[in-house]
Amino acid sequence: MENVASLAVLLAFCVAIYALLASLIGRLKHKPFLVVSGERAVYSVWVLISIGSGILVYALVTGDFRFSYVAEHSNRAMPLLYKVAAWWGGQEGSLLFWSWLLSTYSAVVVFTNRRKHRDMMPYVVSVLMFVQTFFLLLNNFVSGPFKMLAVEGSITAVQDGNGLNPLLQYPAMAIHPPMLYLGYVGFAVPFAFAIASLITRQPGDAWIHTTRRWTLVTWLFQSTGIMLGAAWAYHVLGWGGYWGWDPVENASLLPWLSGTAFLHSVMMQEKKGMMKVWNMALVSVTFFLCIFGTSLTRTGLVNSVHAFAQGPLGKYFVSFLAITIAATVYLILDRLDYLKSEAELESVVSRESSFLFNNLILLASCFAVLWGTLFPVISELSIFGGEKISLDKEWFDRLMIPLGLFLLLLTGLGPLFAWRRTSFESLRRNFQWPGIASLVLIGVLVAAGVRNYYALIAFGFCLFVALTVLMEFYKGAHAIGAKTHMNLLRATVELTHRNTRRYGGYLVHMGIVLMFIGFTGAAFNQKDVKELNIGDTFQLGHYSLKALDLQNGDTPVYSWNRAVIQVSRGGDVLGTLEPEKRFYKASRQGTSEVGVRPRLNEDLYLNFGGMSDDGQRAIIQAYIFPLVSWIWLGGLVLIGGTLVCLIPSKVKLQYARTEVVGIARNYAEVPK
Amino acid sequence: MRKYGKFAALIALVIGALLWLASSGVNQTKTYYKTIAEVGQMGDRAFDQRVRVAGDVESGSIKRSEGQVRFTLVQDKLHLQVAYTGRDPLPDTFRDGAQALADGRMGHDGVFHASQIQAKCASKYEAKPSQLRAAPALPVNKTS
Repeated sequence: MENVASLAVLLAFCVAIYALLASLIGRLKHKPFLVVSGERAVYSVWVLISIGSGILVYALVTGDFRFSYVAEHSNRAMPLLYKVAAWWGGQEGSLLFWSWLLSTYSAVVVFTNRRKHRDMMPYVVSVLMFVQTFFLLLNNFVSGPFKMLAVEGSITAVQDGNGLNPLLQYPAMAIHPPMLYLGYVGFAVPFAFAIASLITRQPGDAWIHTTRRWTLVTWLFQSTGIMLGAAWAYHVLGWGGYWGWDPVENASLLPWLSGTAFLHSVMMQEKKGMMKVWNMALVSVTFFLCIFGTSLTRTGLVNSVHAFAQGPLGKYFVSFLAITIAATVYLILDRLDYLKSEAELESVVSRESSFLFNNLILLASCFAVLWGTLFPVISELSIFGGEKISLDKEWFDRLMIPLGLFLLLLTGLGPLFAWRRTSFESLRRNFQWPGIASLVLIGVLVAAGVRNYYALIAFGFCLFVALTVLMEFYKGAHAIGAKTHMNLLRATVELTHRNTRRYGGYLVHMGIVLMFIGFTGAAFNQKDVKELNIGDTFQLGHYSLKALDLQNGDTPVYSWNRAVIQVSRGGDVLGTLEPEKRFYKASRQGTSEVGVRPRLNEDLYLNFGGMSDDGQRAIIQAYIFPLVSWIWLGGLVLIGGTLVCLIPSKVKLQYARTEVVGIARNYAEVPK
Repeated sequence: MRKYGKFAALIALVIGALLWLASSGVNQTKTYYKTIAEVGQMGDRAFDQRVRVAGDVESGSIKRSEGQVRFTLVQDKLHLQVAYTGRDPLPDTFRDGAQALADGRMGHDGVFHASQIQAKCASKYEAKPSQLRAAPALPVNKTS
């Protein structure tokens, strides 16, 4: 069986090379049959990798401990979900998973475009298969998942495996990697279309229209993956942090930031024919960051708590990135003539300008995060002092909080600026009430004793943006309601359905606002650590915590200790929380199962830190995290909004490009 | 060209502010990565610089007492006494033999005072064959 799997993946490697060459030669020599065989080869690659992956998953699920990978990442006692999740729980398996996802995406692309874009498709296939070949190279010759355990040349099985890392044995974590990978891998497709468009010297935006939905889905996966990762960290790591600017977290954020910039700046190209070079560059940068992110966890370039083993993968990734970056830069420079802008910027207070600044901030954040992540490597270079220095959470917070707040403000301003230029009258109409309301809110908060400047600004901006978004919905829905006599709710749905892209986008912005409210809550966190005997009580904020019982027990997978803590406030008993410490037997590693009382205004979060040295008292770490639920809520709204964007609009909108610059310039004032 | 002047000024303002934040932040929050040997060589500088030291937690060296946890980091046969006095719980992955990163300052008493400990999930390191609880088995590469 292992031989079949190895052979399938090896064949996939050969077929991927064939698909790459056949498409390329077929296109250049105008041999349609070669092009078609190249496309069919893409399907075969998918089938072959699926066979290899299927066998690996089968081995994981049935516990075939002759496989070294199975022995390291699975064990008999694990639930089925985690046995399957072990596919992406380790280095070799996760790379195979990457390959499999890419081949799936490639097959879908070939299938959905089987009658479209005939001139571009061979190049799209070539680019995708080039990436595929690289990953299959790793699967076959560098980090093979089908190594067997053997003693003196004969294959043997071990009794039981190590099991999946217990920290990963958590539902959100089991699906977090696939989500992130779906996002990482997905950006290969817009990238491939962009490159194909460059090679074939397409004058128009065909690649953008074709991949818009694709990009959005990919972005959705990435957002969901990041949110799941944050939720996992919050619930599993035991200190209530959802984001610590760890290199691996940053690696997932980087392509998200540049991808977000890309999603916004393509609108400039679609509607105004501007920023064409920029979009090419952005989609390429996003793809490179995806590859970079994949490599960061695997090459030991920077120290991280989450990283996989360090291996010999680094030089492969570096070479791959160097080749693709060089080729892309050459292509863009060579084809600059085809990427001329059709309009130019007219006013600082305009939609164009807000997109420009949105991109500037997102890319600046992206660069800042990249710089901070790589600083231990950069600082070792002699021009920066030659000493290895790391930058931690404080440094990132210092930079990212102002950047985030500025971005938040733009979220409110940008969509309401008119294209080309905005009159003072329209600014006043749109922003007067939200502006006043947020100033009032800040005033009230100051009066209530809040002195944290960032928190004040953040709450003010959140209200401002939320109100501008709500007003947009209300204005539109009110107009429809008045015309068609619908009630406001139905009119809102109708409004959204008429232009899903715009109103879905507003919903995403609303999600971002909710998340910022949650982030801001962190300014008011409280915590305390106490050692408690049964019957002891202590006070945190307005909660009174009493240790009712200390229990322990045993399951086949882990043994556990648990504290039963009664929570009361002002004399009223609110219930009990049962934080738990688990010790996983197979991997001999502990984990924490925290007790959380989630409420909209604040979470009460208890972690069982273990027993004190004399074994009598339980160490309880108690935290209050104000507003943290809003982050998850915002995440859900963001996902919902993105899904709305994906629904086709009821009214097919035709965006007429505005006139060419020469004519537009003659207007002193844009006629209303 | 005046409007491009405005754009340039705004962009320069944003980037300038960012650079200022970044560079001033580096000096306030930087942490030096040092090996145990290098900490020894730092001399007096070690006392007023934030340092991050990596090493393996020596088996049996973890001692918990009121308000602090003491243990020994080992790297290339050099030992470093560490006292952790931070309030955050130690990570679950922190245990005998784990790879740990200690952030803090060197004390004049020769003990490294850590304010933060990170421990690498040991199981995310690929298990060595000897760690498989079974007959000694060595992975051989069947595939490539």
